[in-house]
Amino acid sequence: MRSRPIFALQLGVTLLAAAFLIVPAVMSILAGVTENYFRGLSSGLTLKWVGEVWRLYADSIWLSLRIALACLLLTLVIGVPAAWALTKLRGPLARAIEEVVALPVAIPGLALALALLQLYGGFSEFRLSWLFILVGHVLYTLPFMIRAVMAVFAVIDLEAMEESAASLGATPWQRFWTVAVPNAVPGILAGSLTVVTLSVGEFNLTWMLHTPLTKTLPVGLADSYASMRLEIASAYTLVFFVMIAPLLAAMQLAAARAGRVQ
Amino acid sequence: MRILLLMLAPLGVFGLLFLALPLVRLVLASTEGEAGAALYLEVLTNPRYLAALRDTVLVSAAVTVAALAVSTTAALLLSRHRFPGRQPLIAALTFPLALPGVVVGFMIILLAGRQGLLNTVSRELLGTRAVFAYSLTGLFLGYLYFSIPRVLLTVMAAAEKLDPALEEAARSLGAPPFAVLRDVILPGLAPALIASGAIAFATAMGAFGTAFTLATDIDVLAMVIYTEFTLSANIATAAALSVVLGIVTWALLLLARSLAGDTVAAGG
Repeated sequence: MRSRPIFALQLGVTLLAAAFLIVPAVMSILAGVTENYFRGLSSGLTLKWVGEVWRLYADSIWLSLRIALACLLLTLVIGVPAAWALTKLRGPLARAIEEVVALPVAIPGLALALALLQLYGGFSEFRLSWLFILVGHVLYTLPFMIRAVMAVFAVIDLEAMEESAASLGATPWQRFWTVAVPNAVPGILAGSLTVVTLSVGEFNLTWMLHTPLTKTLPVGLADSYASMRLEIASAYTLVFFVMIAPLLAAMQLAAARAGRVQ
Repeated sequence: MRILLLMLAPLGVFGLLFLALPLVRLVLASTEGEAGAALYLEVLTNPRYLAALRDTVLVSAAVTVAALAVSTTAALLLSRHRFPGRQPLIAALTFPLALPGVVVGFMIILLAGRQGLLNTVSRELLGTRAVFAYSLTGLFLGYLYFSIPRVLLTVMAAAEKLDPALEEAARSLGAPPFAVLRDVILPGLAPALIASGAIAFATAMGAFGTAFTLATDIDVLAMVIYTEFTLSANIATAAALSVVLGIVTWALLLLARSLAGDTVAAGG
């Protein structure tokens, strides 16, 4: 028998934690559509702050989307073949490669950004373009793509499927495209959503790598927190929530689907 | 074999150009100051950096303990009981997963800043100020904010795999609830607790966005590196501190993984 007081205590802690997480988010959403935050909701609802955000920061929002899509493309091109090769390679070499590739998850973004700046800071054309930020994002998100795809390869019987394809005369190249990739779709999907979500929200690396002409959405957010009125900062946060919410929902759905494959 | 090399080639080129070489350059940069490699000794004996390191470790450890306590409590509740509102509760507890540190900082300002909720309520009801966003306390809250979801997801997944028969056996033998928790449930969850605790600790050690939003004068390691680099243009020191921070964080995660097996949920 489970005793009542313990259940009540658990529920209390859980509700308190949920309130701690959700209350400021709701406050920020409300503040973003309130005429005047200090006078409260009674001052009326408005979308003018959201409009103001769009006027001030549309460029950063578009840049973030462009970087996220380019980042997705690159992590797919680099990550999916690598995940396949690492799965087939196995052994200590494959594990060592995995370990090195996963370093950017363990090493703080600030340190990685410093490393990139030290080596490439002098190539001003590269340093000043959005590609410099893109490199940082690919570096940081690539382990998530590789891990998601390898997780699927680990649970399906890839070897048996490829063997039957090979016995029918399929070349390794054909086996990759017609056997491995179609079977890895749930992992590719889950990995893709993670990559896009992380890229859109990445700040630690980006803050060091950006220039006044290459500001991404989170860089703009930091800027608005430091120098704009609370309503604009909140409206910008609201825009970010609206962008990230469908990604997050899709991610949970994809994770559930990938889980079912296992 | 040749096809495997071909498939790994893009990864190899990218990893060499943008990971391996930059990291080597970073380590070299840390020894190119006036002090050379002795800079590491200087950095590790400098009172200001040591204080920053101590504060960083302390606040990260506190966050880890708090996040483990809160998330394990919630995870046991959510994995054992089915009740109306359970799904929305899980959603509320996991949505900060995708929030960058800067946004988390802003959440803490809305909660505990000058114009924050707690200050407003406290002024109305008690007539005293309640502003603690722009300090180590605020930083603690911020790190807790993004650690709770990560720890919760890992522990919940582990709690669902525990064998309820073991607990039944303990209870039927007369063990009080606390003993069941201490002797049956927590040992069963240990790998997940170690893994998610290590992620929480490592993330807090390296987190920069939250501290950046809350205040630039909170001296945690990430902020010190940032100010050394941008304000003082003290590149060798910034590089040396980054190397120290990177090694500490990476080694910690490696240790946790060897203790807990590969159950660590995605970091960030």
